[in-house]
Amino acid sequence: MKVLVTVKRVIDYNVKVRVKSDNTDVDLKNVKMAVNPFCEIAVEQAVRLKEAGKASEVIVVSMGPQNAQEQLRTALAMGADRAILVQSDDVLESLSVAKILAKIVEEEQPGLVIMGKQSIDTDNNQTGQMLAALTGMSQGTFISGLEVSDTEAQVVREIDGGLQTLAVKLPAVLTVDLRLNEPRYASLPNIMKAKKKPLETKSPADYGVEIKANTRLLKVEPPAERQAGIKVANVAELVEKLKNEAKVI
Amino acid sequence: MAILLIAEHDNAALKSATLSTVTAATQIGGDIDLLIVGSGCTAVADSAAKVPGVRKVLVADNAAYDHEIAENVADLIKGLASDYSHILSPATTNGKNFMPRVAALLDVGQISEIMSVESADTFKRPIYAGNAIATVQSLDAIKVITVRGTSFDPAAAEGGSASIETLSQVSDTGLSRLVSEELAKSDRPELTTAKVIVAGGRGMGDKAHFEMLDTLADKLGAAVGATRAAVDAGFVPNDYQIGQTGKVVAPELYIGVGLSGAIQHLAGMKDSKVIVAINKDEDAPIFQVADYGLVADLFEAVPELEKAL
Repeated sequence: MKVLVTVKRVIDYNVKVRVKSDNTDVDLKNVKMAVNPFCEIAVEQAVRLKEAGKASEVIVVSMGPQNAQEQLRTALAMGADRAILVQSDDVLESLSVAKILAKIVEEEQPGLVIMGKQSIDTDNNQTGQMLAALTGMSQGTFISGLEVSDTEAQVVREIDGGLQTLAVKLPAVLTVDLRLNEPRYASLPNIMKAKKKPLETKSPADYGVEIKANTRLLKVEPPAERQAGIKVANVAELVEKLKNEAKVI
Repeated sequence: MAILLIAEHDNAALKSATLSTVTAATQIGGDIDLLIVGSGCTAVADSAAKVPGVRKVLVADNAAYDHEIAENVADLIKGLASDYSHILSPATTNGKNFMPRVAALLDVGQISEIMSVESADTFKRPIYAGNAIATVQSLDAIKVITVRGTSFDPAAAEGGSASIETLSQVSDTGLSRLVSEELAKSDRPELTTAKVIVAGGRGMGDKAHFEMLDTLADKLGAAVGATRAAVDAGFVPNDYQIGQTGKVVAPELYIGVGLSGAIQHLAGMKDSKVIVAINKDEDAPIFQVADYGLVADLFEAVPELEKAL
């Protein structure tokens, strides 16, 4: 069974985000970029399936600018076998990404597609579910546990109020949550080896997908700043303030 | 314009997130129809019909919709969509699961977790873990939207008298089935609707110490939450997690204990009305957003606070 896994190039999660002064977007100039943390967990899971003999090949896909190759190389160094970059400098919204992925799924026929549940830039949490819809596949979202058999995957999902276990028919799209695994660091020999692994560059047009905007970004602003309050000296003062000043207890 | 609103419920009553979504729908404008989908959920229809401003309650009660299996629920909503300009759902784990599937089936985008309605097609939503706020206009004919419950006041629950219509069509794709569900049982209020929240971080040290917060919470009638670090360390279950990828909360009073205030956690709680931080590290970032900060050893301060209440 082939496993398809996706990675997105996003701002490194340790970097403090700044909004551009003209309020058109956030400022990504000279900012450290990295693999979206959820995508890293997806790659780790795909590689573990291969190590366990459940997956025959791990194919990693990214979409975006040419330098998204860096993130694909990271995934190859973690253990993916080959990479596809669908190169585009346009803004690719979730639905367009899902449409291109659906074409790749048609070509590659994976038994599982494993994706991060959301990217930490747009925080949309959409693409996996959309891909599942377009391909008619089952979906297991926000998973923190996975068992794969020949015909189905048993997934543990993190839901409001607790955990849910679903059996989803293969082929399926899975989106991963933070607690599924801890991604490995690529070793230096593996980073060197990854440079020789195949990386194919395509365009959205190669897949016959027309990039369409579903939304228009009108403005990006910093959030309302919260002012730091005061330090209280002890518990008695805290209780007094909560009772008489804030009036919340 | 007409809005189809997918209700969040527990087969007995509407969840408060549904009422917040009704408020968002009212701000968009137009007729509002409420869809109750589930298995054994007919009882919810009566309470849904009482929500003022609702035109019609649609009920899809079938085993195929048990636990709101996304493939089946999305198929059902797709079949209803042509009568509506907007499809709204609370941004709960249910809504987040099936709504993007609905959007793709309709060949439209989705606008996730709106926090304000600017006009019928323009909304504000948080991006980059709430470190930026985007104003986004939808260009689609049918607008598929999830709504952040804590950003809208809940609508009134009583006073209306909508008609109730039972849907006979059943969408059963047979793609997924429920194996089991483990829901935390608690007498405390739910995190996302609680008026007071006591949350703990890695500084709590271990599972046993976390129980100190339970005692404090019971005294305050509060819910108990946690940071990702505390969940990952195994102190508490995953559904306690507040933050970018956990729950977003906005209580009247939030008391953060032994947590530093990582941006991912702040993303989930900084809209709280009053924030209290108790931490022995006076440089912890949580103090930059706290209304009242107490630099103290939590193992002394928490029991003392509990006694003082």
